[in-house]
Amino acid sequence: MSDRKLPAPQPNAETETFWDAASNGVLKIKRCGDCNQAHYYPRAICPHCGSAKTGWIDTAGSGEIYSVSVMRRGEGAPFAVAYVTLDEGPAMLTNIVADDLDSLAIGQRVEVVFTPTEDGAPPVPMFTPRGG
Amino acid sequence: MSLRNAAYIAGAFEHPTRLAPDKTTPQLHAECAAGALADAGLTIEDVDGYFCATDAPGFGPISMVDYLGLTVRHTDSTEMGGCTYIQHVAHAAEAIAAGKCKVALITLAGRPRSENVMRFRPGAPEQAFEQWIGLTNHTSYGMCAVRHMHEFGTTSDQLAWIKVAASHHAQHNEHAMLPKVVTVEDVLESPMIADPLHRLDCCVTTDGGGALVVVAPEIAKTLNRPMIALRGAGEATKGPSGGLGLDLTVSAAARSGPAAFAEAGVTPADIKYASIYDSFTITVLIQLEDLGFCAKGEGGKFVADGNLISGTGKLPFNTDGGGLCSNHPMFRGGITKVIEAVRQLRGEAHPAVQVPNCDLAVATGIGGSLGARHGAATVILERQS
Repeated sequence: MSDRKLPAPQPNAETETFWDAASNGVLKIKRCGDCNQAHYYPRAICPHCGSAKTGWIDTAGSGEIYSVSVMRRGEGAPFAVAYVTLDEGPAMLTNIVADDLDSLAIGQRVEVVFTPTEDGAPPVPMFTPRGG
Repeated sequence: MSLRNAAYIAGAFEHPTRLAPDKTTPQLHAECAAGALADAGLTIEDVDGYFCATDAPGFGPISMVDYLGLTVRHTDSTEMGGCTYIQHVAHAAEAIAAGKCKVALITLAGRPRSENVMRFRPGAPEQAFEQWIGLTNHTSYGMCAVRHMHEFGTTSDQLAWIKVAASHHAQHNEHAMLPKVVTVEDVLESPMIADPLHRLDCCVTTDGGGALVVVAPEIAKTLNRPMIALRGAGEATKGPSGGLGLDLTVSAAARSGPAAFAEAGVTPADIKYASIYDSFTITVLIQLEDLGFCAKGEGGKFVADGNLISGTGKLPFNTDGGGLCSNHPMFRGGITKVIEAVRQLRGEAHPAVQVPNCDLAVATGIGGSLGARHGAATVILERQS
């Protein structure tokens, strides 16, 4: 696990529900009541159709790696940056936490693991190989 | 309205420095401006339009116009990351076509080796969701390369050929930061930075800058310089856009490129020389596919075996050594892409890399973060008699 210092996310009016849920271990995303498509990161207005009828849904917190690159140099290296495609559809940019970063591969099943940031601030949604 | 022949590049100047501890960034802007204006045979009194991006010191064009001593009737601080200056050529042509200016000056300068420079402004809507990830361009472009390899079987050897070709050109550039010819093995044996990109898959970081002077046709005809016309232009942006349909193997150049070719009325097969933004080797490969020099997925085969080397390959690219070997001032390679294309079209490139009868060239670039949010700009340039 990387020892990178993680900046605390700053919730705002559009995103505080997401971060409250993160503090309770739930990964929420938004779905549009008009076009019925989900999106991440969450917005007040649907990026797919422009509707304001977006609402929160709980995800299963699982998905698969779309692509992954391990940073080998600099502060906190090595650590893995990846896109994970959630089972609900949207891909999200995140980190993969694993003992063996070299084993990470496209298509691998992963599940969310909320990682602490600063005291009193919400944790952030990273992923780890299922069963790993 | 078409931009075809709406404007001409009359002046182009690349600052020779790659390390400038004893100069200021505004000073570099001014030296580049003076160089490009002298190249065109014009003076600051002739300039009536000024273009810079948001990295320029101070309060956008207001500070720089005053510092440079200009009096203008048109300013533009369009921002598209590193490819901005390719886009500025097109925007200058738009302004000229609309009668808003006749002599547009575009400047870029920066000293990332000599001072801390601010690359990103806080407050982006994605900030809370991505700031903690530690995403840099290395992993961003690395993820694109990993996905391209997964889908199409592209190899690290093939990517390395892009660096090898750039180094073959850089050996003839006395100002190149990395003038030494390298081999595929050299690239693969250099330290891994972010899988699968090695150190030699990455561009250089340099202090420096460049400037361009874009003028109205009637001005161009009065100058004792080759007539380098803007024949077509395109621009586009791309991002995850909510996360559905993510495809890291395709860039915004898949829209900017075809738009530019359509406006120019030419095809990739007509291009004699290509300036392809080369922040990383993978950046080049994906753009070559997106512009239509080869089919999607065929980029690895296209770049292998020296196909990008001037004199031996089918598509001479970045004959100054590009960002991979020569210069990437202020983390922004767009202006040097246009400058080398102008050199080639004028017949002023180094004789060892000059493309014979080079009358049609493309300059294309990516700005921002290819694996996250980025822009693309493409121009088709033509030498006219």
